[in-house]
Amino acid sequence: MQYLISVLDDESDESTADAADGSGDVDAFNERLRADGYLVFVAGLDSPATAAVVDNRGDAAIFTDGPYVESKEYLGGLWIVEAPDLDVALKLAAEASRVCNRKLEVRPFVDE
Amino acid sequence: MQFLVSVLDDKTNSATPEEMTAITAFNERIIADGNWVFAGGLAAPSAATVVDNRAGEAIFTDGPYLESKEYIAGLWIMQADDLDAARDLVTEASKVCNRRLEVRPFL
Amino acid sequence: MSDVRETITRVHHEEWARVVASLTKRFGDLDVAEEAAAEAFATAVERWPDVGVPPNPGAWLTTTANRKAIDRLRRENKRDDKHKEAQMSYDDPPEPLGVIDDERLRLIFTCCHPALSMETRVALTLRMVGGLTVPEIARAFLVQETAMGQRITRAKAKIKAARIPYRVPDTEDLPRRVSGVLTVLFIVFNEGYLATGPDTDPVRHELTSEAIRLTRLIRALMPDDGEVAGLLALMLLTEARRTARVSASGELVSLDEQDRGSWDAAMVAEGHRLVRERLAAGVAPGRYQILAAINAVHTSARDVRDTDWSQVVALYGQLVRVDPSPIVELNRAIAVAELDGPEVALATVDRLSEKLDGYHAFHATRADLLRRMGQSQQARAAYDKAIELAGNTAETAYLTRRRDQLAGPSKPS
Repeated sequence: MQYLISVLDDESDESTADAADGSGDVDAFNERLRADGYLVFVAGLDSPATAAVVDNRGDAAIFTDGPYVESKEYLGGLWIVEAPDLDVALKLAAEASRVCNRKLEVRPFVDE
Repeated sequence: MQFLVSVLDDKTNSATPEEMTAITAFNERIIADGNWVFAGGLAAPSAATVVDNRAGEAIFTDGPYLESKEYIAGLWIMQADDLDAARDLVTEASKVCNRRLEVRPFL
Repeated sequence: MSDVRETITRVHHEEWARVVASLTKRFGDLDVAEEAAAEAFATAVERWPDVGVPPNPGAWLTTTANRKAIDRLRRENKRDDKHKEAQMSYDDPPEPLGVIDDERLRLIFTCCHPALSMETRVALTLRMVGGLTVPEIARAFLVQETAMGQRITRAKAKIKAARIPYRVPDTEDLPRRVSGVLTVLFIVFNEGYLATGPDTDPVRHELTSEAIRLTRLIRALMPDDGEVAGLLALMLLTEARRTARVSASGELVSLDEQDRGSWDAAMVAEGHRLVRERLAAGVAPGRYQILAAINAVHTSARDVRDTDWSQVVALYGQLVRVDPSPIVELNRAIAVAELDGPEVALATVDRLSEKLDGYHAFHATRADLLRRMGQSQQARAAYDKAIELAGNTAETAYLTRRRDQLAGPSKPS
């Protein structure tokens, strides 16, 4: 079972991960996730200003600059983890929230 | 460069069988071409849980962080050499899955 | 005929959670389990009056519910070949009882999972473990039936989609998760004991007794857990005073004015027994055990004047260390007033004003202390504030009488 862990960033909160309380060791956490076989993907996203919306449902593709929704809080990065159930996913997310010093959202992928 | 392709929709798991076939064919091709990193459909936002462990004791909240009519119903992570190549991939992806997509580069 | 109906009600109480739990284990789907259990009970209601109650009603219900579930999955299977035929064989031997008891515990922990909102946990526990119907739960919490139905449906969908595990948490998580379960049961009990809305009965026995029944079940499943015993004792010692707590005219009767002879002696005795059991265990008590001990002191006094207030104050002191909330401080101050006088208590209470200004009991406490100090005018203002904030009808009636009994210029003649 795979879970998307979205990092919720806030433009008014510019604290960097490693400036937190000495616990902000994201790299070490990711290494451990990889070693324990949980990690599927992890990366930080560029700012929402770099986003574009693409709509090619009709005859011609329409490109729109910027994110599909403007908001103070936005997706700042993500983890995709493989976990047997939500308890494990939430434990990983709680640790991730601590090391990156952000609120996170955990959402399951549809089980294929 | 790697980039996130978010599928925008107001429901989940809503692809028709024809769309599913087209998406599968597209995925197989971009896997073969080395552009595929990850793809998956997401469960409904109401299956989400917000986790806040900044203060030492993890706080869990039921539901998505933001309630909105439109949301991310699934995503691709793709790999392309440059922005133009990325643009071509995403244009085709929007066509095959018949949804609007948001593209944003990873750092 | 009415005998059979009573039997069905009793069997429903005893067997519902067991049937839902064993089906959830077998089919891995709460929704399938709930629906099949409901259908099996409906079949019992239809047939038992004619053919009689089967010798082992629980086994009959489980078997019937299993068939209903398999029928449903077969129907869905025809439309949707995702479900595997392999899951479905009629003739699995029934599970031994011990294992099934464990299933009920799994069911409780799943319904009280921290990834679900508190209202959802309460509703889901009452439905899946308690066997209350959606309309009953909706009525209990003054929510529209459709909204309550959606809340439960959404919760079942989340449990399935996010794969909330169907298991008893591991040793590391267990204390926190048990405490989460007890919070849910305490919410159910309190909503019955002091209904918050102005449009319901002030005390709702169906909720208090359901909370006690479910806590008894958890006690039977986890007999060594001190806080489970503590919560059960607390509920019993509170419920024992239920009939004495509201007067014939629907007014709240405070502890010092209650007819102690009308307390339920059996419940008091059982509560005391549990408190003694926990004292003998010699393990540092948690919140519910301390609250139960406080209630044991009150219910040991035949007359309010016999109350051992120094013991009550000492226990509240212990509680403050476990749970340093302003509400606990407020309750401690009420006991201090009995021991050291209202002036001393008021000094403590006034320090809580910032945190508790929106809480009716804060103003009611101040009002009572000021009344006892002879400060009628200030007491009246505090009663006014308390009445404005109180939602419970019996409590409003009590506070209004107390206010109107005050000496002073605006006393009605």
